[in-house]
Amino acid sequence: MRVKQISIFLENKSGRLAQVSDVLGAGGVNIRALSIADTTDFGILRLIVNDPERAYRLLKEAGFTVNLTDVLAVELEDRPGGLARALKPLAEAGINIEYLYAFVQKARDAALVVFRVEQMDEAANVLQAHGIRLVPGEEVYRL
Amino acid sequence: MFWDRTGETMPREELEKLQLARLRDTVARVYERVPFYRELLRRAGCEPGDIKSLDDLRRLPFTTKEDLRENYPFGLFAVPLEDVVRVHASSGTTGKPCVVGYTQRDIETWADLMARALTMGGATRGDVIQNAYGYGLFTGGLGIHYGAERIGATVVPVSGGHTKRQLMLMQDFGSTILTCTPSYTLYMAEEAQAAGIDLKGLKLKSGIFGAEPWSENMRREIEARWPLKAYDIYGLSEVMGPGVAMECEVRQGLHVFEDHFLPEIIDPTTGQTLPYGQTGELVFTTLTKEAFPLLRYRTRDISALYPEPCPCGRTHVRMARITGRTDDMLIIRGVNVFPSQIESVLLGLGYTEPHYLLVVDRQARRLDELEVWVELSEGMFTDAVRGLEELEQRIAHELDSVLGIRARVKLVEPRTIPRSEGKARRVVDRREL
Repeated sequence: MRVKQISIFLENKSGRLAQVSDVLGAGGVNIRALSIADTTDFGILRLIVNDPERAYRLLKEAGFTVNLTDVLAVELEDRPGGLARALKPLAEAGINIEYLYAFVQKARDAALVVFRVEQMDEAANVLQAHGIRLVPGEEVYRL
Repeated sequence: MFWDRTGETMPREELEKLQLARLRDTVARVYERVPFYRELLRRAGCEPGDIKSLDDLRRLPFTTKEDLRENYPFGLFAVPLEDVVRVHASSGTTGKPCVVGYTQRDIETWADLMARALTMGGATRGDVIQNAYGYGLFTGGLGIHYGAERIGATVVPVSGGHTKRQLMLMQDFGSTILTCTPSYTLYMAEEAQAAGIDLKGLKLKSGIFGAEPWSENMRREIEARWPLKAYDIYGLSEVMGPGVAMECEVRQGLHVFEDHFLPEIIDPTTGQTLPYGQTGELVFTTLTKEAFPLLRYRTRDISALYPEPCPCGRTHVRMARITGRTDDMLIIRGVNVFPSQIESVLLGLGYTEPHYLLVVDRQARRLDELEVWVELSEGMFTDAVRGLEELEQRIAHELDSVLGIRARVKLVEPRTIPRSEGKARRVVDRREL
């Protein structure tokens, strides 16, 4: 049920983000979703791409500090209250969300959101028990 | 003003006789009592009896900071530990500090030489001396303290930091002499301005500043902001502490207290002694120290010696302001820092191949800021911001506890710290003195 996410360490200096997209673009990797977490000094760029292994290799070869992290891709109804339906059971189960961000594209008619939590398996079980669909990696990469 | 007119104005001929007698005595003592020196002199083919003139000094081998490290902690002491009444220490190039010791008589000599230095800076028994050098293993605080008491002045042993308190005491006690690092003076001036304190209205007449390099520009700026006359003092713990050399009222070079320390300038590459007036590495031989005598100690400080008679009447040669170092030691807020110390801290935290850069700056607030840039390695990278921030804090905390200096740690991308011939450049010093 897990999806591979690419995380890249970036110093806060101009041009670094452009270099990442250059490397991926030249290598034929397509970005499906992205988010940046930043502090005053550095940022962490997180990407869901069509070919995580390839993206990892390309970025590493280009000298970036990269790692692959497991996340959950959660399919939500694209209507008011859709996100709350997923967050509520997680909160009740005492599962902390480290971060989340949304896909630009939709999967079918639903919204797609990436979740990173500390207890991945537990979160997956809770969500599924509440009838929320987790989108498997292969499907996400093909979007 | 003189503290010891006889010693300070001794005719050269008489002074050199005294120096030779003291040098012979020092060489004989270390040969007899310090196994390291006996071996060093033997290897150099020297015997105490070979010293027949001051020129024979050149035949003696050098002592280096590495020698001090290898004999850590007490290996170079020339008296049994029971005769040592105090130790001080300064930064070593690795984790271990350089330890120095003093007999009761060494402490007396030091107090006397510091009294001499403070008197040159205008101190009398009627003065209130606010001593903002750090007290502790560092020689600055206690060195000044004993000299001030020797004169009979009123000492305020406030130690370093706590700027608001410094300013309050200065106003309330009517301090007349301030002793600290020159950069701290400028920092205090900024703080005073922010607090609306009129520095020009203070009673301060002299400032005796040292423990870090500074310039004529800084002197002008300090004197423009404070009512005091600023003097440069020089010393290093290995040789004694503050009070090895001091400016007189003429303020054109620092008189080296030659009746106790024999200065030389050498070419740092060849080790050849250079003539007066040429710039090179400053080397000292102690002439009266009992617990920790040193032969030709290489200070790594760059200076020059000038023998021209001084209008003040003192006969001791003058050394130029320190203009730099022959090694990569940094002085940050008066604390000696070697890049290798930072490296051993990083290694200690488990980074096998630490690439780092030290960036030193003196910002608008006038206090030295140390930034340590550390290249993030694959193994250190976690996907969470919190994890990386904790890593920065852990490194900063470790640096503080080992070096005693607060630094801002900044994680940078791998292979971004410039390397030349595979070796990283370790220091960027942006301070303008």
